[in-house]
Amino acid sequence: MKTITVNIVTPDGPVYDSEVSMVIAVTSTGEMGILPGHIPTVAPLGIGAVRLKKENSTELVAVNGGFLEIRPEKVTILAQSAERATDIDLSRAQESAKRAEALLQANKDEIDFKRAELALKRAMNRINVYEGNI
Amino acid sequence: MASLRDIKNRITSTKKTSQITRAMQMVSASKLSRAEVNAKAFVPYMHKIQDVVASIAAGSSDTSNPMMVARPVKKTAYLVITSDRGLVGGYNSNILRTVMSRIRERHTSNDDFVILSVGRKGKEFFTKQGMTILESAIALPDHPTFADIKEITRKAVGMFSDGTYDEVYMYYNHFVSAIQQEVTEKKVLPLTDIQPTGSTASYEFDPSAEAILEVLLPQYAESLIFGAVLDGKASEHAASMTAMKSATDNASDLINGLTLQYNRARQAAITQEITEIVGGASALE
Repeated sequence: MKTITVNIVTPDGPVYDSEVSMVIAVTSTGEMGILPGHIPTVAPLGIGAVRLKKENSTELVAVNGGFLEIRPEKVTILAQSAERATDIDLSRAQESAKRAEALLQANKDEIDFKRAELALKRAMNRINVYEGNI
Repeated sequence: MASLRDIKNRITSTKKTSQITRAMQMVSASKLSRAEVNAKAFVPYMHKIQDVVASIAAGSSDTSNPMMVARPVKKTAYLVITSDRGLVGGYNSNILRTVMSRIRERHTSNDDFVILSVGRKGKEFFTKQGMTILESAIALPDHPTFADIKEITRKAVGMFSDGTYDEVYMYYNHFVSAIQQEVTEKKVLPLTDIQPTGSTASYEFDPSAEAILEVLLPQYAESLIFGAVLDGKASEHAASMTAMKSATDNASDLINGLTLQYNRARQAAITQEITEIVGGASALE
C-alpha cells in the first residue's frame, strides 16, 4: 500500500512524524482528504482534528490554526499548536472550556467575545479528539 | 591595619558569596542547555514557514497584502527583548545602548516611535526615559512556549495591520556561543525582504494565494518574534552563566589575597608576642 509522510510541526517542536496512508484535515473551505501523490497544495487550517489513517488504525491530532503544505510524497502541517490524542490533558481542556463558557456568558465586548468563542472551540476540539468522537 | 577578626569575617562572607554565585552559575548552565534545545526544536517550524512564504511570494507576483507593502512611515515600533532580572552582565545594557543610539539617529521627538518591550529591564528603562510603551510582556518563564508570548506577538502584528505604526524593528541578543552574544537588529514588518528559496514547487492554493497569505503572513511575523525571544532567552542564560562565573573567579581571587593578608597579620601578632615575652624576661634579669 502506498504511503505518504506526515509531519506536524509547531513552534514548540515537532509533534508527529510518520508514514500514513491517508490524511484528512479540516481546511477553511471544508474537509480535505489527502492520498499519496496529491498535487502540491497549500491550504489554511481551521481549528479541528487531523485524522491520520494507517492500514488498520486511525490516529487523531488536535490542531489549532496554521496551514497545510502538501507535496506528492509529503504532507507538512504547520500549526500554532497541535496535540496528539494521547498527549491531551483532559482536565485542563475541560477547565479551559468552562472558563471560555463563563467568559461567553459575561460577554463584555465584541473582541473578548470572539476570543472566548475561539478558546471554547479549541477546548472542545481537544476534548473531542481525546474522546475520539470525530 | 585591619584586625585579624575583620579579615577573617571578610574571608567568610566572600566565601559565602562565591558559593551563591557558583550555584547560580550552575543553574544558568542547565537552563542554557534547555534553552538551546528549545531553540533547536523551533528551527524546523521556522524553516518550513519560511519556505512556504517564499515560494508563495515568488509564485504570485502581484502580492498586494498590506503586510508586504512598505508604506510611508509615520510611526515606528521598536520591539526590544531584555531580561526580567539583573545579574546577567552586559546583556541588557548592550541592547538598550544600541536601541537608544538607533532611536537618536532616526527620531527627533518621542512622538515618532513607540516601544514594545519584552522583559522587565527594558520596560523600566524606557519608562524612565519617558518613552511610550504600547505593550509589554514581563515575567516570562525561563523556557517560554509559543502560548506564553502569543499575546504580545499578536498585538505587535495586529497594531501594524491596523495602522498604529508603519514599521517594526526588533532588537535582541543573538546567541553565538556560551561566551558570545551579539545585539541583533531585525526588521520584522513590513515583510519586504522575503528571499525566494531554491525549492520553488508550484503550489495549488486553496482557496487562493491571497487568502493563504492573509493567514500565513501574520503567523510568519509572529514566529519571527518567537524565534527572537527563544534566541534572547538562550543568550540571557549564557550571559548570566558567564557573569556568575567571573563573579566566582573574582571571589576566589579576593579570598586568596585576604588569606595572605590574614596569615601575615597572624605572623606579625605572634612575632610581637614573642618579642614582648623576651623583652619582659630580659627586664627581670
